[in-house]
Amino acid sequence: MTEPHDVPTAAQLVEAVREFLERDVMDATDGRVRFHTRVAVNALYMVQRELEAGPAQAAAHRAALDRLGVADEAALAAAIRNGDFDDRRDEVLEVLRATVRAKLEVANPRYLGTS
Amino acid sequence: MSNAGDAIAERVQELVGADVKNVRRLSAGASRAMWAVDAVQPDGSAAALIVRTDPRGAARPTGPVPEAALLRAAAEAGVPVPAVVAEDDEHLIVERIDGETIPRKILRDDEYGAALPKLAGQCGEALAAIHSIPVDQVPGLNHEADAVATWRSMLDGFGQPHPTFELALRWLDERRPPTSGTAIVHGDFRNGNLIVGPDGLRAVLDWELAHLGDPMEDLGWLCVKAWRFGVDKPVGGFGERDELFSSYERASGRSVDPDVVQWWEVLGTLKWGIMCISQAFTHLSGIVRSVELATIGRRVCENEWDLLELIG
Repeated sequence: MTEPHDVPTAAQLVEAVREFLERDVMDATDGRVRFHTRVAVNALYMVQRELEAGPAQAAAHRAALDRLGVADEAALAAAIRNGDFDDRRDEVLEVLRATVRAKLEVANPRYLGTS
Repeated sequence: MSNAGDAIAERVQELVGADVKNVRRLSAGASRAMWAVDAVQPDGSAAALIVRTDPRGAARPTGPVPEAALLRAAAEAGVPVPAVVAEDDEHLIVERIDGETIPRKILRDDEYGAALPKLAGQCGEALAAIHSIPVDQVPGLNHEADAVATWRSMLDGFGQPHPTFELALRWLDERRPPTSGTAIVHGDFRNGNLIVGPDGLRAVLDWELAHLGDPMEDLGWLCVKAWRFGVDKPVGGFGERDELFSSYERASGRSVDPDVVQWWEVLGTLKWGIMCISQAFTHLSGIVRSVELATIGRRVCENEWDLLELIG
């Protein structure tokens, strides 16, 4: 809960809407609307996961960028393009793997199990 | 029937000279739409047709692709494609071919079980036929001389940082393969753009990304992981690279270097990632507001994951 707001928390409100779509709207619709309802449900799952994992992921990401000595993703992208990290490729790869893993943990955790 | 449906029926009637019945809208794009209609001739015989509309002035990244000319040239070269029935500036009417295009059904329904083992080989033959079309037979195709530069500038257009894509661009830059010549490249030959029946490949669809380029581009694109739809087989979720390469080599007389195809697979994975960003921006910019397009923006990281597996 984030003061000054009352319960439900933002995450709990998203969860309530997601459950409504999943239980009531899915059963009452078909075709294109049903498909888009499923997409909307997935989007709300993402929001729930981001609200939960986001702060810890942001802290870990900040620490990783600090180790590489770059300010943010844009600076990292520019430095890679510029060749500045050509001699630290393994280090960069490790950071990129952790970053992309974090994004997938929010967007589509099941993807991490595929090859 | 909607007014748009009436207009389609009327135009098809004029172009084909037959009574038009059962007009159904199959898909709605921002500017393009696809319809299924039945054309009934005076003698009572009926033809199942597909009508694609493409209004002039529709926004596109490049000039219009001469799709009717491509389909005719492809048919002549032995590519399985729907026959062109009629066309004008804004409509393309082709025969409707029975079969399935939805990848998850093709890969999972029992009906296509016997077709799956044949598909990689049939794709190799179809691609060889496409690449055999004389390049001067279809004027007006864009020549993509430097795919890395094209997609780098496309990425830059969105102003979103993607360090993984930068690493992939560097990898691609450093390993540019020798060219395998210039051919008419389909540009979107993949599971999802193929009509498949229980007997195998029936037709190659969606020629709107066709261009002049390196023929190996099409082989690499067909191997991109997104087109496997969760099935662990590298070619479209239905086949092995060896089957694709050997049938392509037999049919085309060109030799296939797996490393070169892999380079194009990396390029293709990057390209699909950038196309996902583009779809999210179609929503974000307000061109088409859509929850589906919006969430595709969060699938970009799937391509980043695949790229790190390929180039890590």
